[in-house]
Amino acid sequence: MNRHRLPTSFAVLLLLALAASAAGQQAGLASGTSSGTSLPFGIEIPEELFKYGFPIALCLVVLGVVAGLAGFFTWVERKVAGHMQHRCGPNRVGLPPIFGLNKWKLFNSTGLGQFMADGIKLLTKEDIVPTQADPILFRFAPYLTFIGSFPVFAVFAYTVMPGGGPAASTNLNIGLLYIMAVSSLVVIGLLMAGWSSGNKWALFGGLRAAAQIISYEIPIGMAFLSIVMIVGSLNLYDIVEAQRGGLHHWFIFNLKEVGPFGIVAFLIYYVASLAEVNRTPFDIPEAESELVSGYHTEYSGMRWGCFFIAEYANMLAVSFIATTMFLGGWHEPGLWAVFHAMGLTDDVAPSGWIGTAIGVGMFTAKGVFLIFVQIWLRWTLPRYRVDQLMYLCWKVLLPFAFANLLAIAVWNAVVAHWGEISAAFFS
Amino acid sequence: MEGWKELLYNVAFWVLTVLTVGSGVYVALSKNIVRTGFSLLLTFFGVAGLYALLEADFVAALQLLIYVGGILVLFLFAVMLTHKITDVNLSNESSSQGGPFFAVFVLWIFLVYVILATKWPDAPKFGRQATVEEIGRGLMGKWLLPFEVVSLLLLVALIGAAYLARPLAVKVIEPLGSKKA
Repeated sequence: MNRHRLPTSFAVLLLLALAASAAGQQAGLASGTSSGTSLPFGIEIPEELFKYGFPIALCLVVLGVVAGLAGFFTWVERKVAGHMQHRCGPNRVGLPPIFGLNKWKLFNSTGLGQFMADGIKLLTKEDIVPTQADPILFRFAPYLTFIGSFPVFAVFAYTVMPGGGPAASTNLNIGLLYIMAVSSLVVIGLLMAGWSSGNKWALFGGLRAAAQIISYEIPIGMAFLSIVMIVGSLNLYDIVEAQRGGLHHWFIFNLKEVGPFGIVAFLIYYVASLAEVNRTPFDIPEAESELVSGYHTEYSGMRWGCFFIAEYANMLAVSFIATTMFLGGWHEPGLWAVFHAMGLTDDVAPSGWIGTAIGVGMFTAKGVFLIFVQIWLRWTLPRYRVDQLMYLCWKVLLPFAFANLLAIAVWNAVVAHWGEISAAFFS
Repeated sequence: MEGWKELLYNVAFWVLTVLTVGSGVYVALSKNIVRTGFSLLLTFFGVAGLYALLEADFVAALQLLIYVGGILVLFLFAVMLTHKITDVNLSNESSSQGGPFFAVFVLWIFLVYVILATKWPDAPKFGRQATVEEIGRGLMGKWLLPFEVVSLLLLVALIGAAYLARPLAVKVIEPLGSKKA
């Protein structure tokens, strides 16, 4: 009946997860310093199994969580779009009647089960390969795009909570560079999809997407650089640690170290990241009015679903990066002081489980808010033309990013040496 | 513990080696130029993995960033934007067999000699040192002048490329003897 290759795709993903974790272990990318072998509830497992099994399990967990979140955000997107356009959005499909969840109104009449229904639909649809397509590349491109959007989360598994993540996750010394590097795999996947479809719309979509992504990487790099310059480290954990101490220490509002230019860097990063994930107002690679739907015009079934999940995973990734770099990561906006004042210092220490829960919740909340802003912008703004897009990147964002970098450097130097400067000039 | 590590290390090494060399052979022998370009992805990726196995995490990331994110994308752009590129008769079909084979054989002998004669530094296999800071200090300290010269060279190339690619609003200068089509 249907000729999709679900077992193949799962086998590919599993193999990739294994390879990534093995290579990570062996390349010394995984921290693996603490050899905790006892789980809660008194379960003891052999150390070797833990050491090599846990990273693989972690890979699968990250895969599941991110793919599930991607599905969830398709629902959020449709609901938000519905409200903005004064209609309901999905409101029929509830959750399946397990655990009695369907008795709750939230799970029953808000269409929350819609993304699962969509997923099942995609899995059971026929997998069509056009006769003009290059069969091998056409089949491989969705996997490459899907795979390319996931390695980024390897570093967030460590950065997401105070005190570091699970022992097997990666505290990568070159975290930021790694993010920039692995995000380039998506470009190749999109180009491959565009070319192998044997279709001019798809080719144009792929070329536009690649041109857009590699152009906007430069302002993003400059925005990153201004933060790296202040922190003096490419390690995401160090960058989050440098923002400890409440709202006014986050790099978006940090007047002491980056001055008023932090918010400029954040805005440059955010605008460029919208272009990086092909979201409106920069969704010209899939501009419906010109290109049908760009590089995934010819795809059907779960191969199309791979592009879809990859898009939402990328949205999540850029939001997490913005959270880490500019919004203080897992730091809460000064709640800490309140807890201190209430005398709750023991349980709420950063290593305590309440602190960890607050940290993870903060990180997720900031990331989800940024995704909401992405969705909000998508249903508010019109689309740029392709030349306007390039103009914005090369003639607006890039000069501002350079100037901003310089301004942050000068600000930081002046503030750091203000005592000497004022002594030299004003005494 | 060490046995497991050794085993995983060897498996990772051989998988990456087969990936690199296999896709490299495909690049050399394939007649489909677009598939050749995409096959280069696996080659670059395998090399990056080998760097990672050698504890050179910075170089591995840069390998991906520059070769996959920059150079390969440019290759593919050039290939895809060329008119009827798939109809071009590739040179690896029409070239003669004897001379190149001899030249490559001599090169191979030379390379094997160099590999065998060099005393390779014996880096710790599983030790982890941060390489980034050392590279940064090197670039800003001892090797500052070469670094600046290279950046100047890149700047010149950039300006030259922008000059060549500018829109020709002015009159196009025809080469002598050429007719306007």
